[in-house]
Amino acid sequence: MPTTAELAIAKQMPDQGGHFGDFGGRYVSETLMAALQHLEQTYETLWADPKFQEEFDRDLAHYVGRPSPLYHAERLSRELGGAQIYLKREDLNHTGAHKVNNTIGQALLAKHTGKPRIIAETGAGMHGVASATVAARLGLQCQVYMGEEDVRRQVMNVYRMKLLGAEVISVSSGTKTLKDAMNEAMRDWVTNVDNTFYIIGTAAGPHPYPKLVRDFQSIIGREARAQCLDQAGKLPDALIACVGGGSNAIGLFHPFIEDADVRMVGVEAGGNGLETGEHAAPLTAGRPGVLHGNRTYLMEDDAGQILGTHSVSAGLDYPGVGPEHSYLKDIGRAEYTAINDDEALDAFRRLTLVEGIMPALESSHAIAQAMKMAPTMGKDQILLVNLSGRGDKDMHTVAAIDGIKV
Amino acid sequence: MSRISSCFEKLQAEGRKALIPYVTAGDPAPGVTLPLMHAMVESGADIIELGVPFSDPMADGPVIQLACERALSHNTRLVDVLSVVAEFRQTNQTTPVVLMGYLNPIEVMGYGAFAQAASDAGVDGVLTVDLPPEEAVEFGALMKAKQIDVIYLLAPTTVESRIEKICAAGSGYVYYVSVKGVTGSASLDVNEVASRLDIIRKHTDMPVGVGFGIRDDASARAISEVADGVIVGSVLVNKIAELADQQDKIPEAVAAITGSMRQAMDK
Ligand SMILES: Cc1ncc(COP(=O)(O)O)c(C=O)c1O
Repeated sequence: MPTTAELAIAKQMPDQGGHFGDFGGRYVSETLMAALQHLEQTYETLWADPKFQEEFDRDLAHYVGRPSPLYHAERLSRELGGAQIYLKREDLNHTGAHKVNNTIGQALLAKHTGKPRIIAETGAGMHGVASATVAARLGLQCQVYMGEEDVRRQVMNVYRMKLLGAEVISVSSGTKTLKDAMNEAMRDWVTNVDNTFYIIGTAAGPHPYPKLVRDFQSIIGREARAQCLDQAGKLPDALIACVGGGSNAIGLFHPFIEDADVRMVGVEAGGNGLETGEHAAPLTAGRPGVLHGNRTYLMEDDAGQILGTHSVSAGLDYPGVGPEHSYLKDIGRAEYTAINDDEALDAFRRLTLVEGIMPALESSHAIAQAMKMAPTMGKDQILLVNLSGRGDKDMHTVAAIDGIKV
Repeated sequence: MSRISSCFEKLQAEGRKALIPYVTAGDPAPGVTLPLMHAMVESGADIIELGVPFSDPMADGPVIQLACERALSHNTRLVDVLSVVAEFRQTNQTTPVVLMGYLNPIEVMGYGAFAQAASDAGVDGVLTVDLPPEEAVEFGALMKAKQIDVIYLLAPTTVESRIEKICAAGSGYVYYVSVKGVTGSASLDVNEVASRLDIIRKHTDMPVGVGFGIRDDASARAISEVADGVIVGSVLVNKIAELADQQDKIPEAVAAITGSMRQAMDK
């Protein structure tokens, strides 16, 4: 564990250039530099402005429905026979996932910059839905890039976005998943940079995105910290969150960085198993490289080509990860592990049956990790799990695995 | 003096402009690139930009994306691209070769190892699309130590204070991206390019090449009247794609396009 002084520094990251130690930064083509600098200035000015904070808080309270509850899953905890499991209920947010915290924030930035059009990339479709939702509310034009493979996996969300007035653009290049949707959104942004605001859906991409997405999502950890103190009279022993690009995890982790006694466990998608190579676990099984504007852990081959990924959950199916996680891993503040598809599916069913809460397949990875850790811990210990989203969108996928047509 | 600088100096003395074709190495198959490079030089190309294929070419339009996919289907790695340059150098010691691509393949090789290997192969310049000067302090120094020019992009969105900074960091030439967009997109506006070049030249004595949106003899000629170099890519790569099933025809067909542009530029 880093020292208190080192943790204080970690809490202040990134530096001026958007670096988290060796990670992060701004690796983009020149055409986007001016837009990113402008976004950075806009963001820094507004984030420091109490009026903006008030506006953001008001939207989170009355539109999103915050604070989201912290729920003590007593029956699940009892069955597992160890640590007490508390669920941070981001699934109860408007639109059904943590993604909306960030889109509300970025949409406010878009409004202040006066750009009439927003674009977004999406994997599971939750970020796309959240973007389409805020666009509808603010009367902005919205186009969402989504890999062809994900369009197929997440039909419900595709239809939701259409109902919300957004246009979904199916991306058929490369591996036809989230990374390719992000490439395509970047290409759109380069072309339409004058009138378009790009709402990145996770804590990745070029500076200042990893920072601002983290700041918008940190409401999760701030609330959870206070709620845990209030309900249990102490801080949790460990935090658990799934990691795709890393936004729900960093939102939970960041307010706890200086609480050295609180373990932080990020859960990546183990897919068919790390040993098969068919997974999406760059922190657990990859190495550092540069993709989508930042230096971070990646899944890549020996020649530096980005590898295809596999996960049953579209939202974790990404070969990179937000740079702050790479940093927290390397300084030893957070730990990262992987949960396989079948373990995540078991957790999906178990939480649904035992607590009457159907988690998103992404969040099911975090639940599965809690199910592994809880029995090894004492009954007076606390595991705080980020339930990042609800599972309705995944009915289709689970039913197909069960051989049922819905 | 670097091969790139002497190339521009010679052209200037002759009152001509540089024709700089881009092709992706290994597209559509490894054996095509070397004869293609020689054919382009014979047809009048002054500098060759050789694309290093990457799985996620974010700044490229569909034409060059597909070129990368074709090259990667034969597993064309950075080391293979360097071998092609080394082979090219066995018979051609004068035409500068600039590698153009994305940072990650270089990251994986390591900056120091790459600088050495590129220098050994006879590479003259490196243009890394997603490596702005802010992130290139270490990279730039290592390239400079091996006398390899680092070529940077300027965009229509680049503000004047940055133009100065970027030009100070680069060497060889600067590459002005003439349109907001990806490679192969909209056609360019020559008057607008000309007025941007006036601003750029206030900040640098380096030659300025213009690329993106040059697709025929007329646009090549128009740009050659205002810029020091004319960079042409997607039209050539399109021709390569058309002939992917008749690979022996590729060098001649691509050279026909560059040759015709050469004539138009020299008129
Ligand atoms: C419910 C849910 N959880 C988690 C994720 C993963 O994203 P991140 O790692 O940015 O939280 C997604 C992404 O689509 C999601 O929809």
